Amino acid sequence: MAETKEKDVVIKVRGLVNGFGNKVIHDHLDLDVYRGEVLGVVGGSGAGKSVLLRSIIGLIHPLEGSVEVFGQPTAGEIEGSGMRQLEMRWGVLFQEGALFSSQTAAENIQVPLREYTSMSQELMDEIACMKLGMVGLSSDTGSKYPSELSGGMKKRAGLARALALDPELLFLDEPTAGLDPISANQFDELIKQLQQVLGLTVFLVTHDIDTLRAVTDRIAVLVNKKLVIGTMDELRKNKDPWIQDYFSGVRGRAALASEEAH
Amino acid sequence: MSSIESASADEPQAWFKLDQDGRKLAMGGAWTIAESARLDRELSGLNLEGRGDVAIDASKISRLDSTGAWLLLRTRRALESAGAKVSTFTVPALYQPLLKTLDQERKVERSRSRIPAGFRGRLYRIGRAVMQAYVQAVSMLGYLGRVTVETGEAIAKPKHKFRIAAMFHQVEETGINALPIVGLLAFLIGVVLAYQGADQLKRFGAEVFTINLLGVGVLREIGGLITAIIVAGRSGSAFTAQIGTMRVNEEIDAMQTMGLNTVDTLVLPRIIGLVIALPLLTFFADVMGLIGGAFMCYFQLGITIPVFMRQLSDAISVNTLMVGLIKAPVFAFVIALVGCYEGFQVERNAASVGLLTTRSVVEGIFLVIVLDAAFSVMFSVLGI
Repeated sequence: MAETKEKDVVIKVRGLVNGFGNKVIHDHLDLDVYRGEVLGVVGGSGAGKSVLLRSIIGLIHPLEGSVEVFGQPTAGEIEGSGMRQLEMRWGVLFQEGALFSSQTAAENIQVPLREYTSMSQELMDEIACMKLGMVGLSSDTGSKYPSELSGGMKKRAGLARALALDPELLFLDEPTAGLDPISANQFDELIKQLQQVLGLTVFLVTHDIDTLRAVTDRIAVLVNKKLVIGTMDELRKNKDPWIQDYFSGVRGRAALASEEAH
Repeated sequence: MSSIESASADEPQAWFKLDQDGRKLAMGGAWTIAESARLDRELSGLNLEGRGDVAIDASKISRLDSTGAWLLLRTRRALESAGAKVSTFTVPALYQPLLKTLDQERKVERSRSRIPAGFRGRLYRIGRAVMQAYVQAVSMLGYLGRVTVETGEAIAKPKHKFRIAAMFHQVEETGINALPIVGLLAFLIGVVLAYQGADQLKRFGAEVFTINLLGVGVLREIGGLITAIIVAGRSGSAFTAQIGTMRVNEEIDAMQTMGLNTVDTLVLPRIIGLVIALPLLTFFADVMGLIGGAFMCYFQLGITIPVFMRQLSDAISVNTLMVGLIKAPVFAFVIALVGCYEGFQVERNAASVGLLTTRSVVEGIFLVIVLDAAFSVMFSVLGI
């Protein structure tokens, strides 16, 4: 991406420490995410991928360290309006979509619109429809309740809601987990396309090595409570046994093989 | 309150301008979500009729997001559907892909409620509610049939089927653990009944008949009813929540694939457990209600315990007690059946557990009172 060259830092994490009880999960992490890039975050189960995401968006207050998004600190004491400004500029897709179950898919997408804009109901209906189209859902999905949607559709609708305010920054928590390979591929394509079309910065937590290969510019690996950051090629040369296993295991090689076949 | 409209004041304002001869529509500035509400209002005021060829020049747009792009495309479509021909459509190269992607989207359908408005809507809702109640009643009747058959089988081959430990666990849960609350409430009801009764009967100098009122009232009706209502709220809801949570977790599905019959393992222990526990609880409530009444009679009317006992034995017979107790197993059966049935109706989402738990309690209490009324009619016909 052209913007990457400017190295405009969108997310800046310094000396982040997280832990529960005696267990340390993150030991002084540093991380920069640049404007327009897709950063993939991987790590074993329980390595603290979601905890990292949650501490960046301010849902978890870290024990130590600072987190800045668009230059605005999200950890510790924040006065309300600054956080509100931030919340308009990012969109978050949670693992299960986190759709409000008492509202239809279209109403879910309209929640941020209603809260932050003074659009007419007509325009909101149109926007909801358009967003559903963007994530590959038909417009009659809009009148359905989350309980009537499949897992993949919920994720797509959740993504449509995350995109409602045209955010500059998108957080995705395991967007392809629990999807069949075809849906997962479609989702990868979708994220890539949206990222290119809208020029988004994407922070992507995933287990899925195919997703990493397909959409990310750089990858941050959470291993031994630290982050190892690099492109896929750089990481493949890394000597750490876990990283070696991850990228050179059966699945890693399969993903690599399919990449070379392309 | 901060809104997205006030957030980006530093960006150039979005604008659009239609030439005087109406041949060229020029647009510029930041067409973003922040400006969208205003643009929407202003664009809808545009007169698009009778245009002929129109050139859209959006090349001066400095920033475009998907909401702005939507407004742009919508304006073009509106022009076209008003009979105009869009001869040229220029947008900055940077935003070409975005417009191209969005242009593929199909036409907008109203995502509003499927229910019509006004009188027809009301009629529709009434009709739907009636049909839902009907479907529910039929389905519950079917469930009653299934449970009856399975109960019969369990009794016919008890060794194979019946889960005695689970059943006694339910007796403990629904019976023994309910003793404090049932006891306290029955005691208080006895106190209230005696107090109100004494207050009214005093006017006729018939205070002593307070005891008749108390004995018959508590044993025949109130004891059983109040216990059933407490149990419906306490255990009926618990049944629904337990079974419902198991459904959400796919535990029920897992049991079925292992060949475990869910009626045997989950429903029968609960129903039989409650059928055992509720009559015992009712008896306990009767005793506590009478103690509450005796307590009040002693302090309010100065009736001593021996006098109370003598008057009570005149007023009631074993029949009075039995009439109250005979209803309890029926109430128990209905409460447990509704509780389990609603549990199995839970869908695979958390909201559904709460909804059906509420419904289970409401239906349980409703049916208990309906049955109580039916019993009253039946007893009066039989002359008991």
